[in-house]
Amino acid sequence: MTLAAAAAPAAHATTTAATQTHGFLSPTGVEIAFLLVGLVTLGAALVTVTTRQLVHAALWLVVALGGLAVEYLLLTAEFIAWVQVLIYVGSVVVLLLFGLMLTRAPIGRSPDTDSGNRWAALTVALAAAAALVWVVADAFRTTWVDLDGAPSGSTEVTGQALFQNWVLPFEALSVLLLAALVGAIVLSRKAKAEAAPPAVPGARNGRGPAEEGAR
Amino acid sequence: MHLAYPAVLSALLFCTGLYGVLARRNAILVLMSVELMLNAVNLNLVAFDVWLDRAARDTLHSGQALTLFIIAVAAAEIGIGLAIVLAVHRNRGTSDIDRLRDTAETPGGPDGPDGEDGGPDDPEGPGGPDDPEGPGGPDDPDGDAHDSDGPAATAAQKAEATA
Repeated sequence: MTLAAAAAPAAHATTTAATQTHGFLSPTGVEIAFLLVGLVTLGAALVTVTTRQLVHAALWLVVALGGLAVEYLLLTAEFIAWVQVLIYVGSVVVLLLFGLMLTRAPIGRSPDTDSGNRWAALTVALAAAAALVWVVADAFRTTWVDLDGAPSGSTEVTGQALFQNWVLPFEALSVLLLAALVGAIVLSRKAKAEAAPPAVPGARNGRGPAEEGAR
Repeated sequence: MHLAYPAVLSALLFCTGLYGVLARRNAILVLMSVELMLNAVNLNLVAFDVWLDRAARDTLHSGQALTLFIIAVAAAEIGIGLAIVLAVHRNRGTSDIDRLRDTAETPGGPDGPDGEDGGPDDPEGPGGPDDPEGPGGPDDPDGDAHDSDGPAATAAQKAEATA
């Protein structure tokens, strides 16, 4: 509540009044939908990080990211939701699947998807989850978000905010995207152009029979 | 809607991604886990932005703007990251991050058990079956498939470095 008072002094009274009429034991329809979609999202994320089939991990990631897009819709951030569907589900997962194919990922169960320190990782993740959930739930358990009225993330609102207040970061981001594109092309081309010619006379032909003899 | 719901979901998703980053061995799976962590932060930003929009009449919409920027940066990151993973896979024959130990300082000396030189006296290449560091170790069924082009690729990399 202190954060609410610090961030919103004008609306403090209405926020406090709203929290006293809404309890966790009488959830609204939006909350129930958010909870169900959140469970699906969290389950898909857990399967993504624990499954032993690499391609299935990418496909479960689609479910998790799509569930997050539905959560954005429930939070009335429509533009972010569709950007999420377009960029994450549409392009990032496709890129990941291409990466899996190009690195010759095995189809089916692979025995060594988890490293040896998975119990340490589980300990760290559970400790972080306990601490974060405790702090966040204790801090925001009385904060109420009023979702009625006009959506706060429609294309008009987001576009006005983006192109009135955030134009300079937006343009800088376009330069960053260009640099990333050029960098990815350079990374892909350089290895092919420079590594292939020396490998043919010295390494592959010279070492091929010796290597077979060694085996 | 209570703000606690998206905040708790975002915390749990972040910790799921944290576990994935720490526990996975394939570099592409690690990139997927990084995407999960970024998305958890995005959910947090959107939820708090909607709350500030309603409670404080905030018209700056910094949360949604930052979410859009994070999505764009994540797209750039996944492109660069996959290019690096593909280059590593082309040179080393593996995308297993536990085997990329060339810069690791091992207690055995400056030249670790991985055999960084990759010369003719090292027929197994990096991460071979005699590698005591690899958790996959001798029972790794696809280790030999990766190692078959290991010495040639390492020699090519060496030639490239000296050229």
